Amino acid sequence: MSVEEVTTNIPDWCEKLKKELSGKIIAQNLSAFNPEFRINASDLIEVVELLKDQSDYSFNMLLNVTVVDFMDQDFFPRLTSDRFDVVYHFLSIKHSRRLVLKVSASESKPAVPTLTGSYLSANFMEREAWDMFGVEFTGHPDLRRILMYEEFIGHPLRKDYPIQGKQPRVPLRYPEVENTARFMHRPELIQISKKAS
Amino acid sequence: MSSSEIKKPSLLESDFGVGGLSTTMRPHALNDDLHTESMILNMGPTHPATHGTIRIVCELSGEDILDADVEVGYLHRGFEKMSENVTYNQVMPYTDRLNYVSPIINNVGWCLTIEKLMGIKVPKRTDYIRVLMSEISRVSDHLTCLGASAMELGAMTAMLYLMQGREALWDLIEEVTGARLTISYSRVGGLAADLTPGFEGRALIAFKKVRELVADCDRLLSRNRIFLDRMCDVAILTPEKAISFGLTGPMLRSTGVNYDVRKAFPYSSYEDFDFEVPLGTKGDNYDRFLVRFNEIEQSLLICEQALKNMPEGPINVDDPRVVLPPKEEVYNSIDGMIMHFELVFKGLQPAIGDIYFPVEGGNGELGFYVVSDGSGKPYRAHVRAPSFIHMGSMREMLVGQKISDLIPTFGMVNMIGGECDR
Repeated sequence: MSVEEVTTNIPDWCEKLKKELSGKIIAQNLSAFNPEFRINASDLIEVVELLKDQSDYSFNMLLNVTVVDFMDQDFFPRLTSDRFDVVYHFLSIKHSRRLVLKVSASESKPAVPTLTGSYLSANFMEREAWDMFGVEFTGHPDLRRILMYEEFIGHPLRKDYPIQGKQPRVPLRYPEVENTARFMHRPELIQISKKAS
Repeated sequence: MSSSEIKKPSLLESDFGVGGLSTTMRPHALNDDLHTESMILNMGPTHPATHGTIRIVCELSGEDILDADVEVGYLHRGFEKMSENVTYNQVMPYTDRLNYVSPIINNVGWCLTIEKLMGIKVPKRTDYIRVLMSEISRVSDHLTCLGASAMELGAMTAMLYLMQGREALWDLIEEVTGARLTISYSRVGGLAADLTPGFEGRALIAFKKVRELVADCDRLLSRNRIFLDRMCDVAILTPEKAISFGLTGPMLRSTGVNYDVRKAFPYSSYEDFDFEVPLGTKGDNYDRFLVRFNEIEQSLLICEQALKNMPEGPINVDDPRVVLPPKEEVYNSIDGMIMHFELVFKGLQPAIGDIYFPVEGGNGELGFYVVSDGSGKPYRAHVRAPSFIHMGSMREMLVGQKISDLIPTFGMVNMIGGECDR
C-alpha cells in the first residue's frame, strides 16, 4: 500500500472517536499508518479509560510506551514547546486496530500520570522510560531504574547525554551482606569492632 | 557486655542497599511462635540454569515463592543510543544482536519500518525471500527455546536432537547469507543477496530432517511423565492478565487469545500464505510448549509454500534514493557516481515523520518506532522488545509456585538477553 492510498481513507471509528474526544484533542493525524491523537497529560487517564472500556474501541493492550526528546528541535509539527513527547501505542485485539496517543512533558518538571492502574504492562515500560529519559510517571508504585544501574547519574537517551559519556566504577554493592556472613560465625569480631567504635 | 545486648547483624535484617530489592520485598516473620522467617534467595545474574543474564531475587517460605523481584538490564548495550548516531542501513548489524537466535526477523522488521516510512514497495520476490528466511529463523528460534528448556529439566537427548535440527537450518541460512549468527541479510529496499542456485532442493531435505527430529522429540517429551509433571499447571496466566501484561506471540496464544501479527496485520505478503495459528487452552507452561511445537510445523509449511510459489524477478527495488547503483554505472556515469556517493556518505533520507511498525518475532510482536528528522540518521529509534515486556509478567507467574518451577517458567518465557536489555 503506498502512502497516497493510506491518506485517502480515514476509518469511521476514528471519526467517531474524534467526536467523542472533542475538546481534549490538541492535534490529530488520522490518515497516518497508525491513527494518532495528541492530548493533554491531565486528560490522559480519562481518555485511556474510555479507549479501554468502550466496546467500540476496546484498546485492551498497551503495547509500547516510549519517549522522544526533542531538545530544541522543531522539525516536527508538534504544536507545543515542551521538550519531551511521551508516546503510547495501543492495540485492540478484538478489532485489529492500533492507536497512538502522544502527551508532552516539560523540561523543568517532566511528569505524566501513570497508566499502571489500567494496564499491568505499564509497570516495566514506564520504568524504562523513566530510566532512559527521566520522565516521571506520577503514581507509579515502583519507579526504579530498570536497564541502567541504580548509581548511574543522568538519563542516557536524552539528547544532551554524551555518546561516549563515562561514569565512575561502582563500588561493591552489598558490603553489609558480606560482613554479615563473616560475623555470623565469629561473634568475637563484633565485640572488637563495637569497642573500636 | 553480655551477648544478649550485642545486636547481631542478621542477613535478613540488613539493608540490601540501593539497587537491591524492591521496597515491597522484605523478609518477614512467618510464624511468631517458632521464630521462622522467610528466606531471600538470589538467582543470577549468572546462574547455570537460566540461559540469559538476569537476576531473580526470590522470597521463599520453604520451597514456596512468596515474592520475586526480576531485575533485567545486565546486557544493556544502548541499542537505541547507538542507532541515533549511524545511518539507517548501519543499524542493520545492531539489529542482528537483538534476538540473536532469529536475527533475520529483526533485520526484516527494521527494513519494513524504514520502507513504510519512505513509502517504498519492494518486489514480490523480496517479500517471499524475507518470509522464507524469517520462517526458517522462527523455527530455529523455537527449536532453541524448546531444546534449552528440555535440557534444563534434564532431557539432554531432546536438546541434542533439536540442536541438530537447528544446525540443518543454520546451514541453509549460512548458504544464503554467508553467516550463521550475525547475518545482516536484509537491506532497506531489498536484500543483500539472492537465493543460491539449487537452494530449494537442499532446503526441502533440511525441512525433512527437522520434521523427523521434531517428531522424535515429540515422542520423547510430549507424553513424558516427568516432563508433564514439571510443566502442566505451572505458572498459569489468564487471558485477561496476559493481555493486560502486553504479552504477545506464543505466550499470549498459549492462553487462547488469537492474535498473530502475521494474520491480524499482514506484512511482507503474509496474506498470500495459508497457515494456521496454534492456540493453547489453559495458559500454563505446557501450553506454551505445545504452541511453540506446533508453530514449527506451521512455519515449515509457510517455507514450503514460499519455495513453491517463489516469483522470479529482481530482489532490490529500483529506486536510486535507497539502493546502491550497480558498479558499472558508478564507474562509468556521473549520475551513478553521485548517487553512490550520496548514499554512502549521507545515507538514505526518509521524509520527516514517525512510524511504528510491528512484525511477528520469535517471541512476539517485535515493533520498531522510528522518528525521522529528514536527515540520514534516525532521530529516535525504539524497539518494542517482546522479551522485555514478557519479563514484566514473571513475578505474576512465579508467585505461589515452587522454587523448582522457576526454571521451566523462565525457559518457556524464552527471554533472549540481547533483545530484553537492548
